Amino acid sequence: MSLDLLGYGAFFLATALSFGIICLGLNIQWGQTGLFNVGVAGFVAIGAYTSALLTTPETADRFGGFELPMAIGWAGAALVAGLVSLAIGALTLRLRADYLAITTFGIAVTIQLLALNLQSITGGPFGIGFIPRPFASVQENALLFNLLNLALVLAVVIVLYLALERLLRSPWGRVLRAIREDETAALSLGKNARAYRLQAFALGGAIMGLAGAIQGHYIGFIAPDNYLSALTFQVWAMLIVGGAGNNRGALLGAILVWGLWSASGALIAALFPPDQQARAAALQIAMIGIMLAVILLLRPRGLIGERRTVSRYVD
Amino acid sequence: MNPQFLADGLLMGAMIGLGAIGVTLTYSILRFANFAHGEFVTWGAYGTLAIIGLIGFAYGGDISEIAPFSFGWPLIIAGLIAALLTGLMALALDRLLFSRLRAKGTAIIMVMASFGASMALRSLCEFFFTSQPRYFSRDIQMAIEILPGMRMTPDQMFMIGLTAVLVTAMHLLMTRTTLGRSMRAVSENPALAGVVGIDVDSIVRATWLIGGALAAAAGVMSGIVVQIRPFMGFDLLLPLFAAAILGGIGSVPGAVIGGLIVGLAEALAVPLIGANFRAAVAFALLIAVLLIRPTGIFGVRE
Repeated sequence: MSLDLLGYGAFFLATALSFGIICLGLNIQWGQTGLFNVGVAGFVAIGAYTSALLTTPETADRFGGFELPMAIGWAGAALVAGLVSLAIGALTLRLRADYLAITTFGIAVTIQLLALNLQSITGGPFGIGFIPRPFASVQENALLFNLLNLALVLAVVIVLYLALERLLRSPWGRVLRAIREDETAALSLGKNARAYRLQAFALGGAIMGLAGAIQGHYIGFIAPDNYLSALTFQVWAMLIVGGAGNNRGALLGAILVWGLWSASGALIAALFPPDQQARAAALQIAMIGIMLAVILLLRPRGLIGERRTVSRYVD
Repeated sequence: MNPQFLADGLLMGAMIGLGAIGVTLTYSILRFANFAHGEFVTWGAYGTLAIIGLIGFAYGGDISEIAPFSFGWPLIIAGLIAALLTGLMALALDRLLFSRLRAKGTAIIMVMASFGASMALRSLCEFFFTSQPRYFSRDIQMAIEILPGMRMTPDQMFMIGLTAVLVTAMHLLMTRTTLGRSMRAVSENPALAGVVGIDVDSIVRATWLIGGALAAAAGVMSGIVVQIRPFMGFDLLLPLFAAAILGGIGSVPGAVIGGLIVGLAEALAVPLIGANFRAAVAFALLIAVLLIRPTGIFGVRE
């Protein structure tokens, strides 16, 4: 029993941390640079599908299955998601802030549509199965399998966290926040605001793509339904609850909101009869929506918000 | 090419245009892209459905349809009440959420809040009415040939006519009345509008009421000619934004023309790329506008 619980704990935490990686990507875009991306699910989907196509064994009824090593799949996921972000950013970052929101919303809808209908590439509504799972050789031992995967996700999170914290304190990170706070002042200091924004947007998109690949490989199966706007919305709630602009806040928010999500899911499963559960599941999303609105109104900086100074030389 | 696509596109375009008027007005007067606008469409349709149920319950007996249409007077009454209620719902959402955020400043936070509100409203709708599609009427109508190779049902013709009336009324309101002139003044410059004695708050209220009511009308139309489901408004959101941007933010005729272009393009694309990819058409148009002319057809550079 206690071993089951430990196994579930590892599974829960590994999933929550994989959401945390998406939050770290969004934190560069929104938290540091103030870019509003409503298409998070789309970028995660790009990563998941890219890595799945690169690493699955060859399949007769769809394109690809290149059976490449998982590391190449992950790298490819980050690269493709980053390139798509770069293209979207180049198109919209010169316009009003809302246009980025509308365009990213559009790209997420379109990517979901492509995943659903380009059957010969994405497997259509049934998705792609048999994605190689890390540590698949110990898959029979659920506890060990989940613990090892947790360790892997945790390692990625730690590496990303340290790298991003360093970036946040670097001159590059300071320019991002300068542009966010006062673009005119940053421009007058000779900083190319558009280029910096574009870099931040692409980097955030690449991290989301990596997270998509990690999730896909951990579960071993992906389908278009995983990448609906509800995913975007969950990730936003995580970042805002935890504290936008703070990488620790992003991770904390991911664990808290995913915990709340899982607990309310279990509660609904226990309270409602089976035929009413799909209907009651809608309440979960409504709850998150109301929570997001309340946080925005009452505590916009989140639980642990952005720190005023990040340099260790300034008090 | 079969000219039938013109009829389908016109009908779809009329619905998108009606919804896009609200988007373009909130965008220009309140200065943010409202992602919850699609939910006004959905709630308008479900509200009408619920009120028809109430009327049927109170009136008892069978209420006959108005020939040659598939609906009777309850739908018209219910639609009017639902349009008012949807406008009030938009107003309530503003009071609870947007007005408080507006007071704090940043517009992009309002976009985020509207995204949250949209998810909450749609999920509540799904909870109350389930995700099962609903219909105002299950009768099948015969389409009449109005032009060689072009057929429309009486319901569809009624919808086109209604859209024409509503759009003309909106255009007259914006150009000929004090309210319309004040709305345009606030969209130009809220501070200056306040200085000349325009009550900016009441203009904001009028904007929400009008936008919500027109969205409800689009929802009822969509419910009559297609079906009613919780995702109907959300799925319409991308075409609405594409139409508003295509027409030029702030322009009522622009929103309607943008809507017609998006509707016709979708109808034209179906035989070419298949119905599955219909929703991508609005996105392709949006990207094209942003590349070629980001201010839209009737827009002005800021």
